[in-house]
Amino acid sequence: MSVSVEGVKKTYQSPEGEISAVEDISLEIRDGEFISVVGPSGCGKSTLLSIIAGLDKPSAGRVVINGEEIHGPNGEVGFMPQKDQLFPWRTIWANVTLGLEIQGKKTKERLEHVRELLRRYGLGEFMKKTPGQLSGGMRQRCALIRTLATDPELLLLDEPFSALDYQTRLSVSDDIYTIIKQEKKTAILVTHDISESISMSDRVVVLTGRPSRIRSIHSLDLFSGLTPIERRNHPEFRSYFNAIWGELDESK
Amino acid sequence: MKANKAGLSEERLGYLRSRTRKKRLVILARAVILVGFFGIWELAAQLKWIDSFIMSCPSRMIETLKNLYSSGDLFTHIGVSCLETVIGFTVGTVAGSLIAVALWLSPTLSRILDPYLVVLNSLPKTALGPIFIVWMGAGSGAIIAMTLAISLIVTVLDVHNGFNATDPEKVKLMRTLGAGKRQILFKLVLPANLTTLVNALKVNVGLSWVGAIMGEFLVSKAGLGYLIVYGSQVFKMDLVMTTVIILAVAAAVMYQGVLLLEKGLKKYMGVSA
Repeated sequence: MSVSVEGVKKTYQSPEGEISAVEDISLEIRDGEFISVVGPSGCGKSTLLSIIAGLDKPSAGRVVINGEEIHGPNGEVGFMPQKDQLFPWRTIWANVTLGLEIQGKKTKERLEHVRELLRRYGLGEFMKKTPGQLSGGMRQRCALIRTLATDPELLLLDEPFSALDYQTRLSVSDDIYTIIKQEKKTAILVTHDISESISMSDRVVVLTGRPSRIRSIHSLDLFSGLTPIERRNHPEFRSYFNAIWGELDESK
Repeated sequence: MKANKAGLSEERLGYLRSRTRKKRLVILARAVILVGFFGIWELAAQLKWIDSFIMSCPSRMIETLKNLYSSGDLFTHIGVSCLETVIGFTVGTVAGSLIAVALWLSPTLSRILDPYLVVLNSLPKTALGPIFIVWMGAGSGAIIAMTLAISLIVTVLDVHNGFNATDPEKVKLMRTLGAGKRQILFKLVLPANLTTLVNALKVNVGLSWVGAIMGEFLVSKAGLGYLIVYGSQVFKMDLVMTTVIILAVAAAVMYQGVLLLEKGLKKYMGVSA
């Protein structure tokens, strides 16, 4: 699935005046590519993601997914929020099938697919448990499977690891990276964690402060085929980190 | 560590023993307070420290209770008041929640109605009693209207607040999964607010009793509120005191019933939200 962001602008209106969050962003994302978007906190990172998800309308420009312009959320783009947002009153099974339930697609094959995903990623025996009985990392994997259940080709990840402690974050990002690559999904990850962006993605897009523009794009072809943990140990990791850190520091 | 036959350590056994001891102490103290209260009351009446014509006393109350029972009126009065209260808090909670849903569906409507809700909420609802009597006649209708007037607005405000406090990130998630307003309501907002709804129900049980008794004070031919007013008018304090005790028991039993309902609901929902 290819995504094309074309001249997207977003201005927020309020009685006090207007705030320009995103100023003219254009970006092409190839099928199966993993892109990270980093930027200083408070820049329009999450806004950009909301626009691609169809939750927010751009003030100008458009988002085209597989040749079709996005006009609203349609359930075809998978969104993974900050924190897992599992519903505590539902079992894990009822949580991961929420999307299918909403879209009226609880067919035998799809349910079997979800069951298979749970099994494949080590959650098979927890289907009847409630979210409260699972660890943070397991909950995050459930959240990803809930997103994958409706079989979207594009995944949007909005700082999905920010609520986890450092140790868990490393292993969960390794898990999630592997799952996304195995399932051959296109993914856009928004984060303020530079190491995370370098360890997971094919390209890192650096945004300026608000109103955000694209400052630079780093291709990480050098790392292709390596897992996040392996990348973190790569001698070149540091130099990418320093380059991106420098750019972010300047745009403050 | 030393262990006994059941494999429990000395420390564990000590803990369990002290726990049982404390539990027993609490139950005993409660019984002492109950028996002591009525005992001293009875004693004071027998020794003529108090005038049992004005203050009544437990033995006279038991006599009154027997008379009420043998005349066949006891359960009529309890039944009438309980029915009015149950209708009051059921309709109050259901209608209040429905209005809250409407306000949640339309933020504009909620903004328009906000000042009216605030004014109605501050108004002492008992002032409406005479109006209901004129409109609905001197009967159960006016009394139920009274219970509704007391419980409805509070329910609307509390439940609507709860709905609006639903985690916006979860709403966002539902939208990305393709959910419309109806699905967000039924699959997210209502289950997430189960506690809010049950709390509204609990508060309404209390408020509906106030409404029912208040209404019966103003107008009625039966019910516990009627017995209290009637008793005070003909100076039968035994009847008044007895009825107050019956009322306390009935209200407590009903509240326990609601707690059971809450337990059942939470079990049905799988997890306490």
